[in-house]
Amino acid sequence: MMQPASTQAPEDVVARTAAVIADLSGLEGPLLPILHGIQEEFGFVPNESLPVIAEALNISKAEAHGVVTFYHDYRRAPAGRHVLKICRAEACQSMGSDAIAARIQQLLGIGFHETAADGSVTLDPVYCLGLCACAPSAMLDGEVIGRLDADKLDEIVAEVRS
Amino acid sequence: MTPVIYIPDDSGALALGAEKVAKAVQAELAARGVEAKIVRNGSRGAYFLEPMVEVETAESRVAYGPVSPKDVPALFDANFLAGGEHKLALGPTHKIPFLAKQTRLTFARCGIIDPLSLDDYRKHGGLAGLEKAVAMAPTDIVKTVTDSGLRGRGGAGFPTGIKWNTVLNAVAERKYIVCNADEGDSATFADRMIMEGDPFVLIEGMAIAGIATGATKGFVYIRSEYPHAVDKMRRAVDIARQGGVLGATVLGSPNAFDIEIRVGAGAYVCGEETSLLNSLEGKRGVVRAKPPLPAIQGLFGKPTVINNVISLASVPVILDKGAEHYKNFGMGRSRGTIPIQIAGNVKHGGLFEAAFGMTLGEIVDDVGGGTATGRPVKAVQVGGPLGAYFPRTLFDTPFDYEAFAAKDGLIGHAGITVFDDSADMLKMARFAMEFCAIESCGKCTPCRIGSTRGVETIDKIASGVQPKKNLELVTDLCNTMKFGSLCALGGFTPYPVMSAITHFPEDFKPHPVREAAE
Repeated sequence: MMQPASTQAPEDVVARTAAVIADLSGLEGPLLPILHGIQEEFGFVPNESLPVIAEALNISKAEAHGVVTFYHDYRRAPAGRHVLKICRAEACQSMGSDAIAARIQQLLGIGFHETAADGSVTLDPVYCLGLCACAPSAMLDGEVIGRLDADKLDEIVAEVRS
Repeated sequence: MTPVIYIPDDSGALALGAEKVAKAVQAELAARGVEAKIVRNGSRGAYFLEPMVEVETAESRVAYGPVSPKDVPALFDANFLAGGEHKLALGPTHKIPFLAKQTRLTFARCGIIDPLSLDDYRKHGGLAGLEKAVAMAPTDIVKTVTDSGLRGRGGAGFPTGIKWNTVLNAVAERKYIVCNADEGDSATFADRMIMEGDPFVLIEGMAIAGIATGATKGFVYIRSEYPHAVDKMRRAVDIARQGGVLGATVLGSPNAFDIEIRVGAGAYVCGEETSLLNSLEGKRGVVRAKPPLPAIQGLFGKPTVINNVISLASVPVILDKGAEHYKNFGMGRSRGTIPIQIAGNVKHGGLFEAAFGMTLGEIVDDVGGGTATGRPVKAVQVGGPLGAYFPRTLFDTPFDYEAFAAKDGLIGHAGITVFDDSADMLKMARFAMEFCAIESCGKCTPCRIGSTRGVETIDKIASGVQPKKNLELVTDLCNTMKFGSLCALGGFTPYPVMSAITHFPEDFKPHPVREAAE
């Protein structure tokens, strides 16, 4: 279970960041694996991690910031307890994913890229999960779900609220 | 003999409940005191039948599907372990029409073997290509791949052998093989399926590429949206290393080759090869200008073969059976087979590997069986988000690189999304521009700015603001993007947009009903 950003002392972030870097810095081109590792450690990429990374990899803080913000996966703030990704790409659209997307926003009371006020769930768009022959599809906490319909949406909502 | 039950753990099957089915089968085995071995295979690719459970009988494998957990007790009652009759029985798996009509070269083992058993892989013809390769001169390996006519299956269709030859002839102390597994195109899942269902074939293909070009290190860059494929590939690489397929002496030869699995971070543009290389290096996934070609200055400035998963996974069968065997399939300059992915609003969706040359109509109507909703097919998008929308009037187009180019389309990574007559093509054109705006790396202006202006201009058309003038503007903008963009993202976004405008002009006319509804 990750902690909210505010309760983490900066020195703690620095030490844990340094530990992640120590494990991975031997790789060729280690920055993305390090950022994945940091996100796994904290649930997001804290600002306090960036100077530590920059120092270790001999790049500027601006470069580290540039990489973090380029990729959709890296979060700048903690996500909810559950992360729900709804596919918005063409194959899912052909099977009515726009209506699914509208309904899930209504059911959860949040829009895409938002986290519920109670911290239960973050809703993200995703552009293709490779489940295009069983569209519309979604991913809940890393588990894949195909042929989404109203019943499955209700199950998802019940699960994230429980 | 202990009965063997096959229950796929392919993502597509899992998305349809295969894990729950596996648990139900285990529970039922325990409750009935029956002994059986459960193998978690990949998918055969017939997703309309997933989760498809198979059992091994004396004659052949017999399939049941689509199975839900509540069907499991009844399957046991029907003695499915011996191939008993049941309403979900599909008969011998290899005779299921969707599978029987295919020509499986690259996907020969996918869905059949235990993906993580090197023994199973060998028993089904695996490693035969690599065994031949280690005994060949690098130039001969490259010649075999060139002679086979294999072209890049990622979308660009560049001859694989020519790329390899450039790397072979480049002089450097270190060279790389990079596998592009950043399969971001909607309607495509061939890379995912092979990585989950037959990971060793990709490892074997990469090892052959390494020996052919003098590269000793390979990277597989897999998109983060494919966690199951990442996990399978990591485990397969470990097993291959332990089995002597990878490491200091590939299959006991003097050749060294090893593979590292890397995970992307949700950027579609990283499927573009130079952007992928930057991402692997730990940079923003910004596109590089070419030249220099990656084959001369690729990863970390070193000569690099960068190939799509399916290109590399097709190499073992070419080395094993010979260039002629592979080349004899296909038409024109499109040789061999292509795993066509039939997706979206389609009755029989899945992966269909066939020689080049089937018509689009045969694929969509005969193999795919029309739409899932039962309504008429209005349009199909071929080649992912950057591919053109084809109307029924172009259904006689044969599946061939040049034939599609001649109709202002592309086959890309061979994904086909089917849309029924409820599709609004203006909306799809707008989405193409919107997607380009979201995913643009930002390096070149036509893509970065053009896509946003494209969305705005299409919105004007939708709301009836000077539609004729704005259509001309979109056409002009598409022309600028097509010829002025640095890579295929900005350069090919005009394909879906212009094809929608050209083939479905009625959807771009002022539409009082639609405006009223909004």
